[in-house]
Amino acid sequence: MSALLEVTDLVKHFPVKRGILIDREVDQVRAVDGISFKVEQGETLGLVGESGSGKSTVCRAVLQLLEPSSGSIRFEGREIAGLGRRQMRPLRREMQMVFQDPQASLNPRKRVGQIVGDPLRLQKVASGAELRRRVQELLERVGLSSEHYSRFPHEFSGGQRQRIGIARALALKPKLVICDEPVSALDVSIQAQIVNLLDDLQDEFGLAYLFVAHDIGVVRHISDRIAVMHHGKIVEQGSADQVCENPRDEYTKKLLAAVPIPDPRESRERLQQR
Amino acid sequence: MSPGPLLSVQDLRVAFATEEGRLQAVDGVSFDLSPGEVVAIVGESGSGKSVTAQTLIGLTRTRNSRIEGSVRLGDEELLTAGDAAMRRLRGDRIGMVFQDPMTSFNPVYRLGDQIVEAIRAHRPDVSKAQGRARAAELFDAVGIPDAERRVDDYPHEFSGGMRQRAMIAMALALEPEVLIADEPTTALDVTIQAQILRLLEQLNRERNLATLLITHDLGVVAEVADRVLVMYAGKVVEQGTLDEVFYDPQHPYTWGLLGSLTRIDRPRPRRLPQIAGQPPSLLDLPQGCPFRPRCPHEFSKCTRYPALEARLPEAPGHCDRCWLTPEEKRSKRQVEGQIGLEAPR
Repeated sequence: MSALLEVTDLVKHFPVKRGILIDREVDQVRAVDGISFKVEQGETLGLVGESGSGKSTVCRAVLQLLEPSSGSIRFEGREIAGLGRRQMRPLRREMQMVFQDPQASLNPRKRVGQIVGDPLRLQKVASGAELRRRVQELLERVGLSSEHYSRFPHEFSGGQRQRIGIARALALKPKLVICDEPVSALDVSIQAQIVNLLDDLQDEFGLAYLFVAHDIGVVRHISDRIAVMHHGKIVEQGSADQVCENPRDEYTKKLLAAVPIPDPRESRERLQQR
Repeated sequence: MSPGPLLSVQDLRVAFATEEGRLQAVDGVSFDLSPGEVVAIVGESGSGKSVTAQTLIGLTRTRNSRIEGSVRLGDEELLTAGDAAMRRLRGDRIGMVFQDPMTSFNPVYRLGDQIVEAIRAHRPDVSKAQGRARAAELFDAVGIPDAERRVDDYPHEFSGGMRQRAMIAMALALEPEVLIADEPTTALDVTIQAQILRLLEQLNRERNLATLLITHDLGVVAEVADRVLVMYAGKVVEQGTLDEVFYDPQHPYTWGLLGSLTRIDRPRPRRLPQIAGQPPSLLDLPQGCPFRPRCPHEFSKCTRYPALEARLPEAPGHCDRCWLTPEEKRSKRQVEGQIGLEAPR
């Protein structure tokens, strides 16, 4: 059986152009420079790296929000790289995204019910009273209340807004959810709530996650496997515990060493060792 | 270290009049800050930690705010100081580093020029050339490579971490005695965060600064702070030395904060301990302890709010606001297994 998502030799270069009347391509930014990975049904692959490592570009390319320069993206065995908008549309039911900034990714002029219900409406899955019922169910499932249906995003805290974003991503019962830094804008105490919620939803709906973040501590907790990205390439890939406990790559070691240890005695010891 | 605190905050209270009613953002916060010391205020969004920091430098003075209590810097009272006096003092005696280094700089001026402007606003006799040399020197001190050239860059030419270094350079330009850092690493990657924390620590030591660190992340606190105040709904619920708060936390809210941290150096738990629910609205606080609705150990006494007091005879500086006895606290927090740390001493 083929993997749910299989990315092979994915490349995305952005041209750097100069010139006023005639754009000349003078250079390229190699945002994603030949990476390969798989996500199996129901599993979580953590993609970790610093700003600029190309991890968000990978997310966008997988969802065809960006056209890859070359490489193959297979979803359930079917090649999707280069598919047009119309051809992608039915596939969008299967793959959804949760964004980093719950403030910017929710339309401030729409009510929560509409935000969460839009995917159902646009894909013609439900309408009318049925739509309302399903949205209210979703809101309750992500830890909000069905009474939140007619509120606006600004009436919610950051953590609650991220729950709205998760409800929207789940509305179409996707198989794959791409989470691009879903907790890095939240307070640490709220991060645990959201991570646990994602965990529960995965068990309940058999979701697969591509979980992207710069904090390897959070990634490790939620992932079955981890891929470490650096300068557009994957430098190390393996099971979460293997990568975190026996990192082979120097860069992975550097990422691990940067995670603060919430234990004063140990962080003092760690400091002396340096 | 000089004797006595440099900055002394006593019973600070800040209220804002809003359309929905009076909102008590900071409710009776007291602490001292001495040279060479890092004090951290920890709390969630809305706990009042940033309002506390902003009030110290007079940024919350508006028509709609009401500020009470006392903030003394040396022998000067800051809450009653005039606007002109506060302007002189900001930057000169108290430097400030904000969370978002992109929005804290003016994008259309060169970084060096912005630092020169800040210096010359306070020291008109400093020439532009002298100011520029000073800016380059500061860039070098905060670890910006090729400082001499990079003072002429614009903010967008810097990465997030470098911009935060530039921000710290600007805060230090006039050699302040106090440095206030409000979530200085929250917008940064973990690798950059580690570098900035090292830098703050190093500057604190070298320049004998009194540093106030505001953060929501106890992991950050563990790396740099000497003393910790935990804030919840405008009040301090626990305060003590770093080790007291981490190894013998007294307030259930602190247990929750400590428990919800992930630890890279330990086997991962099947599930992250979490604090249930949301922080309360400051406009609609529950009676008694504001943490009561989220607290698994609530009992009859909790409808009254205890004072912030030392409850442990062996640790007179370790204060909290919880009715449970120290024995109850120690047994409950172990039963729950929330603390990923060693057993209490």
